[in-house]
Amino acid sequence: MTMTPAIEIVGLKKSYGDQAVLVSVDLSVPTGTIFALLGSNGAGKTTAVKILSTLLKADGGTATVNGYDVATQPARVRESISLTGQSAAVDEVLTGRENLVLVAQLRHLKDPGGLADGLLARFGLTDAGKRRVKTFSGGMRRRLDIAMSFIGDPPVLFLDEPTTGLDPQSRIEVWATVQELAAQGTTVLLTTQYLDEAEQLADRIAILHEGRIIANGTLAELKKMLPPTKVEYVEKQPSLEDIFLAVVGHDSAQQVGTPR
Amino acid sequence: MTTTYAFRDTAVLLKRSLRHILRSPDTIITTAVTPIAMLLLFVYVFGGAMKVGGDKYVNYLLPGILLVTVASGIAYTAFRLFIDISGGIFERFQSMPIVRSAVLWSHVLTSLLANLNSLALVVLAALAMGFRSGAGLLAWLAVLGILVLFTLALTWLAVIPGLTAKSVDGVSGFSYPLIFLPFISSAFVPTEGMAGPVRWFAQHQPVTSIVNTLRNLYGEQPVGNEGWIAVGWCVGLLLVAYALAMRTYRRKLGQ
Repeated sequence: MTMTPAIEIVGLKKSYGDQAVLVSVDLSVPTGTIFALLGSNGAGKTTAVKILSTLLKADGGTATVNGYDVATQPARVRESISLTGQSAAVDEVLTGRENLVLVAQLRHLKDPGGLADGLLARFGLTDAGKRRVKTFSGGMRRRLDIAMSFIGDPPVLFLDEPTTGLDPQSRIEVWATVQELAAQGTTVLLTTQYLDEAEQLADRIAILHEGRIIANGTLAELKKMLPPTKVEYVEKQPSLEDIFLAVVGHDSAQQVGTPR
Repeated sequence: MTTTYAFRDTAVLLKRSLRHILRSPDTIITTAVTPIAMLLLFVYVFGGAMKVGGDKYVNYLLPGILLVTVASGIAYTAFRLFIDISGGIFERFQSMPIVRSAVLWSHVLTSLLANLNSLALVVLAALAMGFRSGAGLLAWLAVLGILVLFTLALTWLAVIPGLTAKSVDGVSGFSYPLIFLPFISSAFVPTEGMAGPVRWFAQHQPVTSIVNTLRNLYGEQPVGNEGWIAVGWCVGLLLVAYALAMRTYRRKLGQ
C-alpha cells in the first residue's frame, strides 16, 4: 500500500467553455509527503483540487486518490480524503466544538464528543471551543477548519491556499499545524501562490502554469531549474515579516487559543 | 445501509440547521411579523370597506395570509442554502463520505418546520383578532395537509435560486412575485369584481383554488371539486419544483 502513490494524475484535462484551465496535468504524490502545487492566481490549482476531491468532473485523463479512481469510485475517494477549501468552511453559527462534532457524526464515527474534545486540545482551541465561530479570529477559523478535516484520520488531505488572506502570525500557526499532520503520516496536497510557503512546508514542489506542470521536484532541484525571471513570484519580503513579528512581539505559544 | 445513512446524515444536518434558526429567532419573527402586519392592515384599515358576503373579514382573509407567510418564509430557505454554498461548507459536505442528497433534504425539512412555526404564530394572531372556526379535527388536518404540500412545493422552488444565486440580493428577489400572487386571487377580495383579463387570471391561478379550499374547510362549507384542483396544483407544483431543483443540483455537482 505504501508503495503506491497517494495521488496519481495522468493527462488530466478540464475546460470551462472555450477556456482550457487544465491542458494536460501529470502528477504523482508519494504517500506521507507534503506536496505543494504552486501557481499564480487562475493557474488551475483549485480546479485540480476540486477534481481530486470529486467536486468537479474532469474532461479527460485519469486521477486516482489513495488507489481509487475519482471518476468511477467517488464514494471511496471521499472516504479517503478531507478538503480544506479556500474559504474556511466552518459553520459560524455553531460553536467550535459543535463544528467538530458535526463532522464526526457525518463521518459516522463513534464518540463524536470525545473526538471533538481531543482535537480542540490538540489544535489549541479548548477555551474557544465553547464559543460560536462567529467570534473567532481568521487564524482560529483556519485552525478549526483544518481540525475538521483531520477528523477520522483521512489518509489524504487537500489544503487549497490555506494561508491566503491570513496575517503573518496566523500563517505560522497554520504552517505548524500542517507540519504536525504530515508528521503523523498524512499525505498533504497543498496549493499556494506563496513561494516561501512551499519552501517552508513542502517535501516536493510542482509548478502549475497555463494548464500544465512545468516543473516538479524537491526545493533543491527546483532552485537549479527556476529561471531568474521567476523571482517576480515572491510577494513578501521575509525581512519585513521578521520586522513585523518582532515589532508586534510574536510568541506563538501565547497566541494559541487567544482571541483577537 | 445506504438508506440508514441517508436518514442519519439528514438528521444530523437537520439538527444543524434547526440550531441556526433557534439561534437567530429573528428570522422566525420576521417571517411571521410581515403577514401579521398585513392581517392588521387589511382587517382594521381596509376590512370595513370589503364586501365579502356574510363572513367576518378576518375569516375571509386568513387563508391568503397563510400563503403569503409561506411565500415570504421560503426566502430564508434559499438564503440559508446560499450562505452554505458561498461559505464553502456545502463543498466540505459534498467532499465527505455522506449521502449527498442529505444536504438538500435537511434544508427542505428545516424550511417545513420553520414555516409551520410561522403559520402557527399567524393563526394565533388571527385568533386574537377574532378569527373563529367550528371546523373539526379532520378539516383542520386537511388544512394542515394542503399547507404542508404548498410549503414543500415552494421550498423546492426556493432551492433553485439557493443553488444558483450569485449574490444575497438575487437569492431573495425570487420570492417577491410569489408574495404578490395572492393579491391577484380570491385571497383579499372576491374575484367577481375584478377587470376582465385580471379576473380570468385570478380565477385560474393556483392561489385562488387553494385559498377557497382552505376557507371552505375551516368555514365548514362543502369543498367540492375545488379541493381536488387545489391538491392537484400543490402536488403538480411540488413535482415540477422538485424535478427542476434536482436537475439544478445535479448540474452543480456534475460539471
